[in-house]
Amino acid sequence: MAYSFPEEVLEHVFSFLSSDKDRNSVSLVCKSWYEIERWCRRRIFVGNCYAVSPGIVIRRFPEVRAVEMKGKPHFADFNLVPEGWGGYVYPWIAAMSAAYPLLEEIKLKRMVVTDECLELISKSFKNFKVLVLSSCEGFTTDGLASIAANCRHLRELDLRESEVEDLSGHWLSHFPDNCTSLVSLNMSCLGSEVSFSALERLVARSPNLRTLRLNRAVPLEKLANLIRRAPQLVELGTGAYSAEIRSDILLNLTEAFSACKQLKGLSGFWDVVPAYLPAMYSVCSGITSLNLSYATIQSFDLVKLVTQCRNLQRLWVLDYIEDSGLEALASSCKDLQELRVFPSDPFGAEPNVSLTEQGLVSVSKGCPKLQSVLYFCRQMSNAALISIAKNRPKMVRFRLCIIEPRAPDYLTLEPLDAGFGAIVENCKELRRLSLSGLLTDRVFKYIGTHAKKLEMLSIAFAGDSDLGLHHVLSGCESLRKLEIRDCPFGDKALLANAAKLETMRSLWMSSCSVSYGACKLLGQKMPRLNVEVIDERGPPDSRPDSCPVERLYVYRTVAGRRIDMPGFVWTMDDEDSGLRFS
Amino acid sequence: MELVMAHESDLNLKATELRLGLPGSDECEKMFSSAKNNKRASPEMAEESSGSKGSSDVKSVEHETAPAPKAQIVGWPPVKSYRKNNLQQNKTEGDQSGMFVKVSMDGAPYLRKIDLKLYNGYSELLKALETMFKLTYREGYKGSEYAPAYEDKDGDLMLVGDVPWDMFMSSCKRLRIMKGAEARGLGGAFNPVFFFFFIYMVGALRCAFAENK
Repeated sequence: MAYSFPEEVLEHVFSFLSSDKDRNSVSLVCKSWYEIERWCRRRIFVGNCYAVSPGIVIRRFPEVRAVEMKGKPHFADFNLVPEGWGGYVYPWIAAMSAAYPLLEEIKLKRMVVTDECLELISKSFKNFKVLVLSSCEGFTTDGLASIAANCRHLRELDLRESEVEDLSGHWLSHFPDNCTSLVSLNMSCLGSEVSFSALERLVARSPNLRTLRLNRAVPLEKLANLIRRAPQLVELGTGAYSAEIRSDILLNLTEAFSACKQLKGLSGFWDVVPAYLPAMYSVCSGITSLNLSYATIQSFDLVKLVTQCRNLQRLWVLDYIEDSGLEALASSCKDLQELRVFPSDPFGAEPNVSLTEQGLVSVSKGCPKLQSVLYFCRQMSNAALISIAKNRPKMVRFRLCIIEPRAPDYLTLEPLDAGFGAIVENCKELRRLSLSGLLTDRVFKYIGTHAKKLEMLSIAFAGDSDLGLHHVLSGCESLRKLEIRDCPFGDKALLANAAKLETMRSLWMSSCSVSYGACKLLGQKMPRLNVEVIDERGPPDSRPDSCPVERLYVYRTVAGRRIDMPGFVWTMDDEDSGLRFS
Repeated sequence: MELVMAHESDLNLKATELRLGLPGSDECEKMFSSAKNNKRASPEMAEESSGSKGSSDVKSVEHETAPAPKAQIVGWPPVKSYRKNNLQQNKTEGDQSGMFVKVSMDGAPYLRKIDLKLYNGYSELLKALETMFKLTYREGYKGSEYAPAYEDKDGDLMLVGDVPWDMFMSSCKRLRIMKGAEARGLGGAFNPVFFFFFIYMVGALRCAFAENK
């Protein structure tokens, strides 16, 4: 039967499969399908860079053109992972530079990227087109200069939220004059001023430029001239949105914006001077994505802008928008799918704005397509959560951060178990959930019972006992990532559900009650897991086995233990426990 | 799972205790209880409501830890550093750290607070106050039910809007939204209270001068 179907035909059929899941299924059908598929797989996604080694990947997939990879655990974003933990991409770049000369795309998240890596990328891959570095660190603008200078066919350079050592703005001038291929440039995270004339010339000679995200240092007075050279822009990130109030600047800006007929996304908006917001009104009706999360302007001005964007699908905003602003949003933007409200004063003891649970309830009532929420607030009630759950059963991502840890329902002073319980019970498609407020083991029982499609769960300052963790690990069938901090979860639930951990990408537990002894046991029982203890107090065997570890990171892997661990990370496995001396 | 009780209230008998435990085991317990101490104390009510739970031991450990002054917890709230830095920058750009003033409205049960630095002028401030307290001002406050007043550095009650915005920003200590008759009086129209007080003062001064001659 294998003869009647030529390989080329199968390969052609497989070329229509883009999802990794589908391709993985195809590989399992039979040996010949496995072989054909592996030769024609062009894109790979590695969710945890330590789950597999470069050698294994290259051996199986010899013809890869695009690589996407993630390094540090998510809680690294909040300083819970010490400096020097890992996530180095260099070994991957080094291996791929030899194995994948035709590589076109590299997308990395939370990884350590050095200038050496960037230079190697720029010199090894002749056809290199796309570089996306999301929340990465370890490189300087010198590395960017190598990319600009050597990647002749560069289409995308996106540095979103990365920490770049900004030595100077000259890197941009390294784009050669004959480089006209740029489609997307995101330099919003950079501090220094780039040469404006170099930027202007680059924009002018890039007819395919669709996305341009400037950094804060690009002044508003110069924005108009830049936009004028790229009326085909689909996404624009402004620089600082302030200038002294002059009618000629306003006029110039207004005209420039009105020429951008394709604009769908806006971001930037540092230091906003409200008087200049009307310059954008002409494009508002086409805007689907608006990121105002740096705009420290009042509800009144925010509402004026937002209510004109009738086709808005995604809004990121500071809590200055207040409940009243969210109510206005709910009446005007019926296509809204994603809302993120960030705190303007996260460490203040008292509320500085009038933003409560009401704002979120209004949006959940008024926006029928709302499916993704990230909301920081200072009070919440079970009634509000139940209301949100009933209004939006199609919710997919729900991340609530009540700023005070263990804050109860402010009306009844009860835990918020019932509220979050309603969320998981009603929202059957929920894939991501972040909890906050006062929560007992009961909420985890609800989650374990109902959240069958939940893939990622974040827990902080919640629960009473191991039972809570046990409910989650035994009940959530689709769980891939679990991150926990400051909860009284310990050994029993972890060891009882050890097998579950092999079905997940990773588990993070910090400031919980997991003992060193349990970590060792887990490491011994489960050879296909890397059980890593992160403890800055010194070697865990200098303390008794019953002593809880500071942080625990467990992940499945086929690559064995890490070889690049810093001094404060210990791996628990068979090899060491026999040889260890206290 | 072994639970360790916090030791702060002990008579420190441990120091003189004879035991056969391994050296260093005490250290672990101290570390464990100090790790627990770093957690914020749960509110009183929480303990009551979860009384039915079997794990009351854990709750009582947490409750024993004295509620520390609000120290910042690492990584909480979960805001990425570049966002925190951005907000810090906005704040430190001014000469002072935040210009929060209390706002009271006559008749309202509790006060609010606003950051004056967020506004570029009086119109923005008034708009914000209107939204916050759900009221409307009329131009010059004439005939308004409400009038915004503020307490300045000298403790005097002043009408909002008389001095240039910058001067107002530096002298305003507290805002007060006055209601009803008092408000109407401040609108520049004749205020009988002040008038009669003025007459009285003039009379009193005259007497004083007359006596001193």
